[in-house]
Amino acid sequence: MFNYDKAESMTERAEFYEEKTTEEITGAEALLRCLIEEGVDTIFGYPGGAIMPVYDKLLDYKEKIRHILTRHEQGAAHAAQAYAMVTGKPGVAFATSGPGATNLITGIANAYLDSVPVVFITAQVVSSLIGTDAFQETDIIGISMPVTKWNCQIKRAEEIPEMVAKAFYIATTGRPGPVLIDITKDAQTGKLPFKYKKCRFIRSYNPRKPLKKKEIESAAILINHAEKPLILAGHGVLISKAENELREFAEKTGIPVAVTLLGMSCFPANHRLYAGMLGMHGNLAPNKLTNEADVIIAIGMRFDDRVTGNLKKYAPEARIIHIEIDEAEINKNVNVDIEINNDAREALKYLIPLVNPNSHERWLREFRINDKIEYNTVIKPEIKPEKGPIKMGEVVNMVSELTKGEAIIVTDVGQNQMAAARYYKFINPNTLITSGGMGTMGFGLPASIGAKIGKPDVPVIAFLGDGGFQMTIQELGTILHHNIPVKLIMFNNFFLGMVRQWQDMFFQKRYASTELVNPDFVKICSGYDIPAERVTEREELTQAITRMLNANSPYFLEIHVEKEGTILPMVEPGASVSEVKISK
Amino acid sequence: MVKKEYTLSIFTEDHIGILNQITIILTRRQINIESITASESAVKGVQLITLAIRTTDDMVRKVARQIEKIIDVIKVFVHTSDEIVYQELALFKLSTKSLLSGNIIDHLVRSHNARFLEITSEYIVIEKTGHKNEILRLLNELEPFGILQYVRSGRVAVTRQVKEFHEYLKELNEALREEEKEESGIFNRLKEK
Ligand SMILES: Cc1ncc(C[n+]2csc(CCOP(=O)(O)OP(=O)(O)O)c2C)c(N)n1
Repeated sequence: MFNYDKAESMTERAEFYEEKTTEEITGAEALLRCLIEEGVDTIFGYPGGAIMPVYDKLLDYKEKIRHILTRHEQGAAHAAQAYAMVTGKPGVAFATSGPGATNLITGIANAYLDSVPVVFITAQVVSSLIGTDAFQETDIIGISMPVTKWNCQIKRAEEIPEMVAKAFYIATTGRPGPVLIDITKDAQTGKLPFKYKKCRFIRSYNPRKPLKKKEIESAAILINHAEKPLILAGHGVLISKAENELREFAEKTGIPVAVTLLGMSCFPANHRLYAGMLGMHGNLAPNKLTNEADVIIAIGMRFDDRVTGNLKKYAPEARIIHIEIDEAEINKNVNVDIEINNDAREALKYLIPLVNPNSHERWLREFRINDKIEYNTVIKPEIKPEKGPIKMGEVVNMVSELTKGEAIIVTDVGQNQMAAARYYKFINPNTLITSGGMGTMGFGLPASIGAKIGKPDVPVIAFLGDGGFQMTIQELGTILHHNIPVKLIMFNNFFLGMVRQWQDMFFQKRYASTELVNPDFVKICSGYDIPAERVTEREELTQAITRMLNANSPYFLEIHVEKEGTILPMVEPGASVSEVKISK
Repeated sequence: MVKKEYTLSIFTEDHIGILNQITIILTRRQINIESITASESAVKGVQLITLAIRTTDDMVRKVARQIEKIIDVIKVFVHTSDEIVYQELALFKLSTKSLLSGNIIDHLVRSHNARFLEITSEYIVIEKTGHKNEILRLLNELEPFGILQYVRSGRVAVTRQVKEFHEYLKELNEALREEEKEESGIFNRLKEK
């Protein structure tokens, strides 16, 4: 047989294709060949009746495509998303029709809100049965429509290559996002002459925007005259790989850089211009000083309400420059003065030579003053408590120091997430994997699996809450099955901590259904053959974490933390960012 | 902010489900569709969906951008009523008996620029083309005679703008051809603009 990989010359390869063109293969096989053409080597998924032809073919392609069987389709979706976030390649997840497809929905919506390219492939009942409420038929196209960037149903094998090519193009270009392809069983078993051509252009979809030179030039003038400028950097910086340009821009102009939750890690936390995290539980300085800034340069972020607080009292002094690839995000929440509807990297590249060197010492001092206040009142008691129960912040800080800020951190949702984002000092891009727009509990564990598979050489550490861990706890089975050496730290506060915090602050401490009766987590992990320890005393902490980090197997730490801890600072719902509180 | 009537001309690929995607956006924003029509446009294979909605200037711009973001939507034009030439069509069915009460109905039909579409021994059908308020005025005047059925169509509109959709499409298609010739064709071309 002709070996494609060993083909020496392009002509040989071309001939190989010509030859293959005439050969008829099944839709199922064509799908896998398409994925290989797109550079896919890992798929997360779960089989079932309608998708069996595809799974059957996976056996023949197991040298080229690794399939990770998760324990729930939601897990496959989150893992594929995390895989995409750490590798920069689109993730792929498979599910069968009906319940398999609907189980993906939370994961699809999560990827949609956080702009992550994932190609979801669901199977569908035989095309003649569609619309009849056949066994395991659901209208997944209708269900997923509001949470996908694009979706389509394939009913004939011949359509597979073109639609898959389109799916990858749409998922990965412009503002990335999840796409879904629903393939009927008869399209999987039907035959087609296989030929693949990557998609490079769709008439109705134009992700590359002409560079807005005039607007960027006006922005430069504003920036050059600003006295209190502030950069707000979001996920778009990471997506467009503009970290170096952002750094160059900030260093040249001396403008402080605040980041959103998903923008975290786009700018090194130990940089002198790093201003910290924005938003509800962000840092004091960037929240407070947003309302003093005279020019705001928002890059690849969308003014989410968790970031802006009360919109009516948001950034009243500032002229706003918005660099954003998605035109529908511009002027959506905040009216801006200069619209730059471009890729962040391209816009910054053009902007950098136009701005004047500056240092803004006086303005930066205001950040340092606020940082000091926050350090003394909030941070120090959190990361260096001398007595009392263990705090989430001190654990995160310890992990940060022991890994020098170079691990990939995955979080679940709630207090654990905010502690991780606040106290880990991220150095390298794309090293915080978290659920931002959706705030999906149960994201952490499966996402850590996807992250580790995507970056096997980097330590992957997940911070989880005792509530969220139990939402997708079955993925411990995936860790066992595929021997994935992720490090799991579960903060046990015996509460749904973040909701309890809100009950404490806004519902007169009425703890309705937030206290948890928990199982013996260490025992559960031992059932999955995962080394596990329970830490209840501060003295045990360093050694336990060190053991965990040194292990080359998966590892689980249950850490008993303060039961009623409070994440601060906080911009309370309805409050302005400048009213950020540093005590309850 | 004041609400006004806007007409959205949405040019789309002929793709199943597109209307669903558009209405999802309007529903989430609590915008009622006043009227809707869909037909093939002057360009073969391209659908034209014409929507009339009442909303604010700020909101119409936001939803137009969100609609244009739908992958299979080629272009969205937003117009206020003075920027378009538009018509709606209404049919009225009345009992033939009402004609017997003299020639008032004939008079109404003539003065409203309407016409009789069908007259049988049982019923008559009157057709009126015009703007919504003209149609409503006729409706009002016919009401006393007992209307058996009344139906009004969605708005059809053509724009007064000079640059036509097909010119826009031609540019896109040229870019596509160039794209096929040279991988990064469109990107370079668009950047130079
Ligand atoms: C799927 C889902 N259900 C409910 C919520 C609401 N919610 C947000 S944080 C939180 C509490 C999380 O508790 P836990 O996992 O123990 O983490 P902690 O806050 O204690 O760190 C809840 C219930 C959510 N974000 N996601």
